[in-house]
Amino acid sequence: MKRIPMLTAALTLLLGSALAAPARGGSMVVSYKDDVTTLDPAIGYDWQNWPLEKMVFDGLLDYQVGTTKLEPRLATSMPKVSADGRTYTFTLRPGIKFQNGRELVASDVVYTLTRVLDPKTKSPGQGFYVGISGAQAFIDGKAKTVSGLKAPNKSTFSVTLDAPNAAFLNVMAMNFAFIVPKEEVAKAGADFGHKPVGTGPFRLTSWPSGQQLVFERNPGYFYQNLPYLDRVTVKVGLDPSVAFLSLTRGEVDLLGDGIPPAQFLQVVHDPRYKANVLQRTNVNTSYLSLNSGVGPLKDVRVRQAINMAINKTKVIRIINGRGVEAKTYLPPLMPGYDPAETGYKYDPAGAKALLKAAGFPNGFETTLYTNSTDPNPRIAQSLQQDLAAVGIRASIKSQAQSTVVEAAGTPNIAPLVWSGGMAWTQDYPDPSDFYWPILSCRSAVTGGWNWPFYCNKALDARAEKADQMVKPGQQAARLKEYASIFSALNKQALWVPVFHEVRYMMRSDRLVGGLPELEDPIHNIVYERLSVKK
Amino acid sequence: MLGFLGSRFLQSVLVLLVASFITFTLVFLLPADPARMVAGPSASVTTVQSIRHEMGLDRPFLSQYGQYLGRLLHLDLGRSYKQGSPVSALVASRVWPTVQLMLGAIALELLIGLPLGIWAAMRRGGWPDTVVMGLAFLGASAPQFWLALSLVYLLAYRFALFPLGGYGGLSHLFLPALTLGIGGAGWYARMMRSQLLEVLNQDYIRTARAKGQAPRVVLLRHALRNAVLPIVTMIGLDIGTFMGGVVVVESVFGWPGLGRLVWDAIRVVDIPIIVGVVIFSATFITLANLLADFVQPFIDPRVRYR
Repeated sequence: MKRIPMLTAALTLLLGSALAAPARGGSMVVSYKDDVTTLDPAIGYDWQNWPLEKMVFDGLLDYQVGTTKLEPRLATSMPKVSADGRTYTFTLRPGIKFQNGRELVASDVVYTLTRVLDPKTKSPGQGFYVGISGAQAFIDGKAKTVSGLKAPNKSTFSVTLDAPNAAFLNVMAMNFAFIVPKEEVAKAGADFGHKPVGTGPFRLTSWPSGQQLVFERNPGYFYQNLPYLDRVTVKVGLDPSVAFLSLTRGEVDLLGDGIPPAQFLQVVHDPRYKANVLQRTNVNTSYLSLNSGVGPLKDVRVRQAINMAINKTKVIRIINGRGVEAKTYLPPLMPGYDPAETGYKYDPAGAKALLKAAGFPNGFETTLYTNSTDPNPRIAQSLQQDLAAVGIRASIKSQAQSTVVEAAGTPNIAPLVWSGGMAWTQDYPDPSDFYWPILSCRSAVTGGWNWPFYCNKALDARAEKADQMVKPGQQAARLKEYASIFSALNKQALWVPVFHEVRYMMRSDRLVGGLPELEDPIHNIVYERLSVKK
Repeated sequence: MLGFLGSRFLQSVLVLLVASFITFTLVFLLPADPARMVAGPSASVTTVQSIRHEMGLDRPFLSQYGQYLGRLLHLDLGRSYKQGSPVSALVASRVWPTVQLMLGAIALELLIGLPLGIWAAMRRGGWPDTVVMGLAFLGASAPQFWLALSLVYLLAYRFALFPLGGYGGLSHLFLPALTLGIGGAGWYARMMRSQLLEVLNQDYIRTARAKGQAPRVVLLRHALRNAVLPIVTMIGLDIGTFMGGVVVVESVFGWPGLGRLVWDAIRVVDIPIIVGVVIFSATFITLANLLADFVQPFIDPRVRYR
């Protein structure tokens, strides 16, 4: 009796998988609330731009879909690394053409990286590439070219660094290093972001301002079986609630901004939508930053007390459960994450005792900065209540994001900063990206992003040494060293790591794409691998 | 007449100059550094400084403002920090959708508000008066965001009478224009009613009635013409009110107009766009008011400018 259902199930599975196999052709519509500012890979720098840029451009390296594992893309193989670990030599795939018909050559790679470094480009990615030999001299106007970038022939490109850097290949896989053709940039000038030309799977065919972007298949794409879709339409400016209604009516296939907060609980509890909703924990951390240079917060015991005073589950409830509790600074999917790290337990009584030991038995008054966009003011109120319960009276300053960034990056101004809306998310999957830009001495300056203003030269030296461990056999030791660096930071209680965001995506019944394609840890959405049911 | 319009024109130029100065000053005083927003969190402090220099933000305020005014004379509103494109081109690409939305809203305001106001005035004290005034109050006080989403849900989603959003023909225009116009329709209904009641009490109306003219003729030929005059001034003023309302309405419906452009610019501190849209809107509002002044004598010959 049991055999027949099992056979049926097996057949259904087989049939199902046959049906789910990517079919070529068709089109999809994705919706976003905000306009797309630019598709210039040297300039666009947010989670909305990046997947769209990836439709038009390629880099020498990329990640296997759905993973953090690097693989060659425009390069034939992973680069050869010199014995001193400073020079990487890439060989380009032969016969790759830009969408204007011209063949890609190695000098295009030199041009692309030089352009990112050029202050005139105003690239937010410049900082990632200053480790290339001669980059600083070029930026300072002391040299006309970057000595560390070379193209000895049309298919060979080499890059030399001032010092070995274990994360450099990750940097080479970032969007900033996606290859652009010089003649098209010259033709479009500052408008290249609206007239992009690359080697990618799609080309931009129309972009009426503020309405939509239409991408069509690049017939000359070097991966012959990709992309699956003929066309992707990106609708912009649609309110998330209206976009949700459009999806249920079949007019939109993917909610680029995720499920709108107003409909979230209804959607996730509705069995009809179960197959349409995908979720994954993002590689980011939302935290309360504690300024170690201001008043009572100078005392590590006070900072530890604040860590013990915060009820993280309450905050997660405010965001409808769209987060997992953070125990340390690194998110679980980031290499170097230490699962054994327990962090600070919620313990108001312990917090009070620590405050008393630090000389503040009656607490103190302070200020908590937050971005004024919902739900951040509500989260700030929750943090305020928790702090009040241990005697710390925090007044909330709820301001525009840019104003909070300005205050947080100025010494002695903002004692507590809730990072909501500016939570740190990986640029690339390496722990150095969670250290240097936000917790090192070089970022603990006016205008920097090290909001606790904590500078520990010994930790900097350890991180620098770890970054020079470039041999494949040293990888595990390097990650262990970073785990230990973050453990030391956690002991200093510079942040209250509150939660790692869980991202929910919603797709239509006809869109075919699973977690790897729709919740890729690096690119978020991988359009070239999406397809629609016929 | 020409003298009056000439002096109004000079006044308008002065208003625009003051508007540009105030906007520029306010944006200048913002405690946020656009160079840092452009540079991103991974940039070094020297990079942020070089970007600030590149954008001319390290120069004194008056020098920045003077240069801006100089460019303005050539209709150059500068370049967007984030998009790199000229602001004048961005503004130009968004003007027509906003104008369409405003014209649609004004048309709906008048089409809904005026007849209801007239009806209420004619049935003063009766149930139509109470109902119309109640609705007018509700329409004028309903939050636009709520109104927009309610209209979308009911008319576009439940009954599928209109598209859910986006830019296109008249069917796309109707719901956003209605959202923007409902509040105004309420005001127009109330205003029409009170104006008409005032006019209907005038002696010349009594004379017209005494002469045995039909009530419809009294209403249309004698009363309405005088009652409608303040409405024309109000349409001119409405343009200013709309400029605030389009930000919300365009954002809900995905309407690619000026409101959305400036909203997105505020989000990323794109100062040239913010200042550019404000100056353009001020010009637009000033011209609309000038036009309203110009049209008044044609409607009411008693109005004469010297």
